[in-house]
Amino acid sequence: MYLKKNIATSESGFIFNPSTGDSYAANQVATDILQLLKQGTALSLVKEQLLEKYRVDPLRLEQDWDDFINQLKQANLLES
Amino acid sequence: MKKPDDLLTIAVTGLNAIDSPGPGIAVIRGLREGLKRPLRIIGLSYETLEPGIYMHDVVDKTYQVPYPAAGSESLLKRLVYIHEKENLQLIIPNFDAELHNFIKLAPVLKEMGIETYLPTQEQFDARDKVNLFRFGKKHGLLVPKDKIISSTTELSACEEAFGFPLVIKGKFYDAIIAYTMEQAQKAFYKIAAKWGLPIIVQEFITGTEINIAVLGDGKGNAVSVIPMRKLYITDKGKAWAGITLADDALLKVAADFVKATNWKGGCELEIMRTSKDELYIMEINPRFPAWIYLTAAAGQNQPAALARMALGESQPVYTEYEVGKIFVRYSWDHITDIKEFHQVSGMGEL
Repeated sequence: MYLKKNIATSESGFIFNPSTGDSYAANQVATDILQLLKQGTALSLVKEQLLEKYRVDPLRLEQDWDDFINQLKQANLLES
Repeated sequence: MKKPDDLLTIAVTGLNAIDSPGPGIAVIRGLREGLKRPLRIIGLSYETLEPGIYMHDVVDKTYQVPYPAAGSESLLKRLVYIHEKENLQLIIPNFDAELHNFIKLAPVLKEMGIETYLPTQEQFDARDKVNLFRFGKKHGLLVPKDKIISSTTELSACEEAFGFPLVIKGKFYDAIIAYTMEQAQKAFYKIAAKWGLPIIVQEFITGTEINIAVLGDGKGNAVSVIPMRKLYITDKGKAWAGITLADDALLKVAADFVKATNWKGGCELEIMRTSKDELYIMEINPRFPAWIYLTAAAGQNQPAALARMALGESQPVYTEYEVGKIFVRYSWDHITDIKEFHQVSGMGEL
């Protein structure tokens, strides 16, 4: 899955979907993830980079990751 | 002082600014900003407390006109008087209830030298609330099912057909969502008392409210299309804040509507986007919406474009606009004086 091409994001964590007018605020980790997704980075590689950057247990990362991806899906920000 | 040779005098209605404001002031803002020439704005008002009457930096002079129910002859008589004083070149009416009269008078006004830019009576009637479902079916546009009723005894059939909640709508304005038969009956009487019969009972469609401001050239082309999602909705269902959107499906539904009708002039499509991404046309308002200034702010100044087209000037089709442009409406206490109030109350002009 990829971030939809028309989704606008900023380095400060602001997310805007111009199709729906919805906007969201992301924390630092979410902002990092979104920046990587915007660059076209595959999901598996994003997780690897998070493990390198942040001190987090891999199992905990998986759980939080699933939760985050679900949020992005519910917000209609992802496409296949 | 001699008037400039290129002075353009435009009359505009809809100067009220209550919780359900008229489009007039926003139209005037668009005209003043978009028409790069000397402009004299003549307000046409119905009530003495329409704020635009007293906003002298927005409206140069205001004349009261008869209510639409008085008929086109009364309106014409008053317009002849106003025209003698002001030499009007264009009138932009902004209320549904008055459009029938202005459409009827359009040929006579043109002979007097006053342009309008309005749909035909046939186009106007086709998108009327009472005909909307048939209209949608004919042109392949999604419209909620409805029943047109004249009595509360017909509400049971509506419940059977659509279930609750029901949307009870007046022929011009107002819509009330009714969750029970008692609420539906109350809504029927309330709306009928204000706007008369018939009443439209529509199936309830849930989703995101999106409105689209459209300007058609009368030849099937949409000169301008600006979709807006309501960010804040008042208890009357009006947008108090909104944001422009980028969505090809919304642009297409507007273009399809204009192509199907050869719509001439401004209009507003009220859309409900469902969770399945269906775009239901809930209403088609046959004039500019109150939020029309957002089109100017986004780069497609529809009031100015309409004026240019009405006057036979060149107006290309707009292709770009700013997405994410937001309007936030506010309330402002404008101060005037009892002398001005007396002037407009007693003399009918200010």
